[in-house]
Amino acid sequence: MISLTGVLGQLFAIALALLLAPLLTGWVNQCRAWLQNRAAPPLLQPYYTLHKLFHKDVVLAHNASALFRFAPFIIFGCMVLACAIIPSLSTDLPFAPAADALALVGVFGLARVFIALAGMDVGTSFGTLGGRREMLIGFLAEPALLMVIFTMAMIAQSTSVATIVETLAHRELVIYPSIAFAGIAFTMVSFAENARVPVDNPATHLELTMIHEAMILEYSGRHLALLEWAASLKLYAYSCLGLALFFPWGIAERDNFLALIAALPVLLVKLVIGGALVALLETINAKMRIFRAPEFLGTAFLLAVLGLLVRLLLESRV
Amino acid sequence: MSQAVPLYAQLINLLAAVILLLGFAMLAQRRVIQLIDLFALQGFALFLSTLVVAVKTGQHHLFYSAGLTLVLKVILLPWILHRLVRKLHIKGEVEGLINIPTTTLIGLGLVIIAFNVATPISQLSSTITRGTLGIALATVMLAFLMMITRKKAITQVVGFLAMENGLFLAATSATYGMPMVVELGIALDVLVGMVILGVFFFQIRDQFDSLDIHHMEQLKE
Amino acid sequence: MTLDFFALTLLIPLLSGILLSFAGERHWAPHLNIIASAATFLSAAGLTAEIIDQGPRFAFGEQFFIDSMNVFFVTLTAFVGMTTAIFSDPYMKNDRSHGKLTPARLRLYKSMYQLFMCTMLVALTTNNLGILWVAMEAATLTTVLLVSLYRSPASLEAAWKYFILCGVGIAQALFGTILLYFAAERILGESGTALLWSHLVEVKGQLDPTIMALAFIFLLVGYGTKVGLAPMHNWLPDAHAEGPTPVSAVLSGLLLNVALYAILRCKVLADGALHTDFAGNLMMGFGIFTLLAAAFFLGRQRDVKRMFAYSSIEHMGIITFAFGMGGPVASFAGFLHMTMHSLVKSAIFFAVGHAAQKCGTQIMEDIRGLKRINPLIGWGLMLGTLAILGMPPFGVFASEFMILTHAMKFHPWATPFLLLGLGVAFASILAKVQPMVFGESEAKPLPHAPAITPVFVHLGLALMMGLWIPPYLSRWFLEAARMLG
Repeated sequence: MISLTGVLGQLFAIALALLLAPLLTGWVNQCRAWLQNRAAPPLLQPYYTLHKLFHKDVVLAHNASALFRFAPFIIFGCMVLACAIIPSLSTDLPFAPAADALALVGVFGLARVFIALAGMDVGTSFGTLGGRREMLIGFLAEPALLMVIFTMAMIAQSTSVATIVETLAHRELVIYPSIAFAGIAFTMVSFAENARVPVDNPATHLELTMIHEAMILEYSGRHLALLEWAASLKLYAYSCLGLALFFPWGIAERDNFLALIAALPVLLVKLVIGGALVALLETINAKMRIFRAPEFLGTAFLLAVLGLLVRLLLESRV
Repeated sequence: MSQAVPLYAQLINLLAAVILLLGFAMLAQRRVIQLIDLFALQGFALFLSTLVVAVKTGQHHLFYSAGLTLVLKVILLPWILHRLVRKLHIKGEVEGLINIPTTTLIGLGLVIIAFNVATPISQLSSTITRGTLGIALATVMLAFLMMITRKKAITQVVGFLAMENGLFLAATSATYGMPMVVELGIALDVLVGMVILGVFFFQIRDQFDSLDIHHMEQLKE
Repeated sequence: MTLDFFALTLLIPLLSGILLSFAGERHWAPHLNIIASAATFLSAAGLTAEIIDQGPRFAFGEQFFIDSMNVFFVTLTAFVGMTTAIFSDPYMKNDRSHGKLTPARLRLYKSMYQLFMCTMLVALTTNNLGILWVAMEAATLTTVLLVSLYRSPASLEAAWKYFILCGVGIAQALFGTILLYFAAERILGESGTALLWSHLVEVKGQLDPTIMALAFIFLLVGYGTKVGLAPMHNWLPDAHAEGPTPVSAVLSGLLLNVALYAILRCKVLADGALHTDFAGNLMMGFGIFTLLAAAFFLGRQRDVKRMFAYSSIEHMGIITFAFGMGGPVASFAGFLHMTMHSLVKSAIFFAVGHAAQKCGTQIMEDIRGLKRINPLIGWGLMLGTLAILGMPPFGVFASEFMILTHAMKFHPWATPFLLLGLGVAFASILAKVQPMVFGESEAKPLPHAPAITPVFVHLGLALMMGLWIPPYLSRWFLEAARMLG
């Protein structure tokens, strides 16, 4: 039943993700600069960086293995796949049956394993340190994310992201405490996963605190460009997932070409606001000590489980 | 799936969830001052939910008990506690017997138990806010956990008062309030208890030079 | 009827408590304490006569309800309250001469003592299960200040433990009460009558069993904390050992009874709703466990008041077990045992209080030769100990014998545990009390002569009831036992 609109929508969504992701990163950076009273970099700065990096030669360490060279492609591929199955514009995605929400977490997990391995591959102490920290964060963030998804899946009676979003978009405006809890938990997990401020700071190379940057320190040229792009895509994927789960209105449905067109400006507006909020939250929070990160993610997990329990207790059979 | 749930029921459920969340926040809170503020906040959420029930059912005595909650648990008791903290120069962090992540995990287990215990009862209830009974029980259990894992006398007291909050939530949300005489009596007991405790703190401090109750370990088997 | 004995019974302690808090250190203040307690007892006796004569009655609308079950407790409470007040007069004066108390604390003591009596009487007579809870909590609050009267580190610690543990316990009881209300409201509606015991007992068969089972568990654990049921008994030995002896006497002799009374009221409702032995079995289990736990802790005590506090826990275990078995015979034995325990245990505390004051210590190894110092106190303690250990011809023997035979007949599995607990308790207490009474000593006389009369009045009553229970008393017990079903 793959409709033409579906295929078109799917391709369009992927292309849009590839295009918009660096823009979203640029927008967040710009907002952050404004909020911190700094001169903002241009909005298109991430594109310039990518352009520059793609034209540079790759410098490889002597002992870098094949893994080190392949990892950026795998990670980039994972992120593109993730963006493809998250309904950003339309829930009519022919790719969607390929992976449900749980598999989506798996896709992110796969990317994480490769980036951590690549960080350790060269054998520098920073890479190893970053890889270890990344796994620590991941091992705490994944259960929390899964719990959020379970809550949503229980509401929709399905683990398929597209079905969940369709169900949520159709519900009437009812206050669900469970969704509120899940929303907060999801936000916390997203910040940790995307190396944002309370857990990591993407803008610095401070050896005591960095996680993401420590792992990609040895990369250069097009490899680095792919990794940067993948990081942008990850931010975009998480943003779209959050928007789709918690603010599903305006996403087009099956065989509705007009809605598909209308969905684009809605998505843009939501991303602009969302990005600004991310920047705001990053600014008002201080970077935590790395040892506090487990507590931060523990709280996220707690909230997610509470959401699930509250869902079971308060909202079933109502 | 969801038929039209009336707005007031949604609000009560939301507030109950917030109360539970605040119960966890108190469990995880390290500083005494913030702990008292969280307690006041919990009292405020309780006040709001009582008010919603009162408006819905139109029972006069619920308005009174909402007012009582506001005066007692949001204004008076936190004020007394703040005063005590200032006068007794309690500062710094609340020390626990178990570290905080472990405590919260245990708390999560307790919530699951509480929900399991409450579910069969909630199903019998005709009130639309029946689910809150489980939350109330969970709040009581979390407060109980806070009391047994904390070492400072003042945190034990806050735990005790939070337990009272949970009970009050059970009374208002699950049964639309206890008879007025009983509620007045309970409020009076809580207030008198607080005053006695205030006197007590000074005595403890005079004797032990600290409000850390691990000094009080003479009496054991 | 112009003279309302019931209102007097509640008002006298309340008003005298307030009056005493203003009276300060007037020379008549100690007398007022005794006179008020005696007046309370007289009006309670009048109330009893009235109830026996005219049957159960309500008071203040339907908020209070007096039947043959609670009027028995009211009389007992007022009686022990009176004798304790007589005993405490010289005791407190001695403490003051030793510099352990200031006039301000004496005032606090007398005022709180009367208020404590008032809260217990309210708890016993109220018809409203919510008020029952409020009165129990108020009783805790008044006694917290009494336990910490000496302001020593140990007494503060004991009072703190008492407050926190009983606070937690009583919170469980409140949750149970809420659940009970929750169940009752579905039948009696949202009016104020849904917590009135007299209404509840009429519809007990319709109360939802699931809710009632859970409610009873919470109520049993909650009020059980105050009864001193193991494993929630931790506060009890500390509070008894560190508070002034008159307070130990009323805590042990009265407050535990009141808490148990609350459980009994709830058990009637739970039994009616459940149609099973669930509540009874739960109480039997707690009772046996409490008996054994206390018996094995008894031998490890060095402080004499602590030891007798554990003995109280042990007896509360036996009584809980008796009521758990249910049926007229066991309930009769339970009531009898409660009465005997109140009388004998407070007599023991009176004797122990004077003995400890004389020797200046509560450590048993340092108390020797009481018979030489003061033969009356020495013999009082010895006889009291023999009585509490269940030696014939004292009343405790009669009640324990009834409980044991009943258990052998209907619950044979429990017999070895009962015998084991009683045997261990017997051996440990007697081995410690015997050298205290006999043996050598050189202690100084006290400035104020001790009040020996209450000790022997209590023991005399216990002896009498072991030999012959007055017919009106046994009829009364039987009627109360029948009400329990």
